[in-house]
Amino acid sequence: MTWGLQEVTVSFAGQPALRGVTLGLDPGRISIVVGGDGAGKTTLCRTIVGLESAEAGDVSRPARTCFQPETSGVWSDLTVEENLEFVAGGYHLDPAHARSRIGELLEATNLGPARDRLGRQLSGGMRQKLGVAMAVLSEPDLLVLDEPTTGLDPISRLELWSFIVGSAREGRAILVSTSYIDEAQRGDSVLALDEGHVLASGTVADVLASMPGRLFTSAGRITPGSWHRGHSWRTWSPDGSPLAGATETTPDLADVVTVAALAEEGR
Amino acid sequence: MLAMILKEFRQVGRDRRTLAMLIVMPVVLLLVFGYAASFDVTEIPTVVVGPGADNVSSLLPDVFAVDSTDANGTRDDAVNALVAGDAHVAVIAEPGAPVVLIDGSELFMARTAVQVATAMKAQVPGLTSEVLFNPTLDTSAVLVPGLAGLIIVFVGTLVTSMSVVREREAGTLEQLAVMPFKPKDVFIGKIAPYFLIASLDIVLVLLIGTILFDVPFNGSVVPLAIGALMFLFVALGLGVLISSVSENQAQSIQLALMTVLPQIMLSGIIFPLSSMPAGISWIGYLLPLTYFNLVAKGVMVRGAGLGDLLVPLGLLTLLGSVIFGLAMIRFARQLRPARARVMS
Repeated sequence: MTWGLQEVTVSFAGQPALRGVTLGLDPGRISIVVGGDGAGKTTLCRTIVGLESAEAGDVSRPARTCFQPETSGVWSDLTVEENLEFVAGGYHLDPAHARSRIGELLEATNLGPARDRLGRQLSGGMRQKLGVAMAVLSEPDLLVLDEPTTGLDPISRLELWSFIVGSAREGRAILVSTSYIDEAQRGDSVLALDEGHVLASGTVADVLASMPGRLFTSAGRITPGSWHRGHSWRTWSPDGSPLAGATETTPDLADVVTVAALAEEGR
Repeated sequence: MLAMILKEFRQVGRDRRTLAMLIVMPVVLLLVFGYAASFDVTEIPTVVVGPGADNVSSLLPDVFAVDSTDANGTRDDAVNALVAGDAHVAVIAEPGAPVVLIDGSELFMARTAVQVATAMKAQVPGLTSEVLFNPTLDTSAVLVPGLAGLIIVFVGTLVTSMSVVREREAGTLEQLAVMPFKPKDVFIGKIAPYFLIASLDIVLVLLIGTILFDVPFNGSVVPLAIGALMFLFVALGLGVLISSVSENQAQSIQLALMTVLPQIMLSGIIFPLSSMPAGISWIGYLLPLTYFNLVAKGVMVRGAGLGDLLVPLGLLTLLGSVIFGLAMIRFARQLRPARARVMS
């Protein structure tokens, strides 16, 4: 790996928030950290950018690392353009280059018509897009985005993801945290967290292939460990033995992460 | 309705700091301000000069607390003692025609001194009294310099602390922490507007005070500007320090008020420090507004110069350096990135 975390542990008041987490970040690749509330996603992002200290392990990042916090990081009393200009000034961009870069980003994010609107007057989706644009403005080597799509409508999520993917194509390493498991499929690699533990990690294909045992689907609940998916139930058979009244199904990422959580509970 | 009341009690109970403020603060404020709120003057620092200084000083009523006598002293020495704030009454013990000079910049002391001097005239033939600096004992002349200080406290401490906390609440302080700013750049950038606004406010208050309310400006601008600058550093530093221990704007307002209220009540702007019991007045001597008030009133009303105000200016500089320095250190610590291998 080029940058990232190696066996990193972070604690708050003696309570571990990350437990021996390893995550590689490479140029041109999107890494997704997925997990529920309190899984440690934000702590991981903040540790990478240096806002939290690792109690153990190794953290490495490029000098040019930019971060979008969960709150979008937009200054509410500045206009869209002023937010971008401030960031350009903060990174000492050449004024002419900054102007053209701001123009490009306003176009890419469709924020051009809102350029004179104050941060607090933007919709959630526009604010997050502006936050990502601000983070990417200085053309960092590593871009860390903490839950940029949380609370956004499906269209805004799509637009934002298209912008993130475009930014990765420019050759930068991108780390995105999300609580939406479907978004994990958009990354080149995924790391699933639960209470600071790594449940699964690797490429999506690797993670899918890593599931031990077999997965079954049924119309009703078969065991107390069965879980609901859509209109049916899923049941994991750790040793792969068939289950009466259920048919085998191909697991998706959500299933594999659920199985990993069940396996972790069973330990 | 019961559910609503229970919910509200739970929320109030969770915010321990607010709860403490609501219960403890009224008691503390009542005790402190109850003792402090006194306009009664029992002692006025007094100097006696002139050939009969020793005799006259023994004849003066107790309220004129004689700090020094100088048989060779002249009227100029007496006036200088008042200008420097070393005494608030100076008696020139000329044989047959003693003169009581009263410092009009200390309103309540001056009023008491005028009453005492008037009573003395019946017993001491030929005694005259004279109120200097503020002959009509105008209240605004005494209050406006202190008000300028209060405005510095308000803008410097309250508004600055809220602004820094707002930045933290919005998550933008973290943005600044990961941007290539040095902590001191962020610190100075953050307080610069409030520094300028507070400076402008002082100029406006003093201009309006002198033009509209005829507040005198007898001294030089230089010592006042130095005092205001140092006091501004104290106020801004306090604002940043408060923000560094506040989780939200409500907490920062509470803490800022806890520093602002004692400064209003115990700095000598309203109630004379000398009228407070020693158990309370020592708090006043720890407060920066006390010294700014001494400087502002000294310069504007008494025409005091740099040399007369070395002690309050020195103390303001000390407080400014310590508080502003601490604020910078704490702020920098909060913005400093954690250790990591940073690769170019």
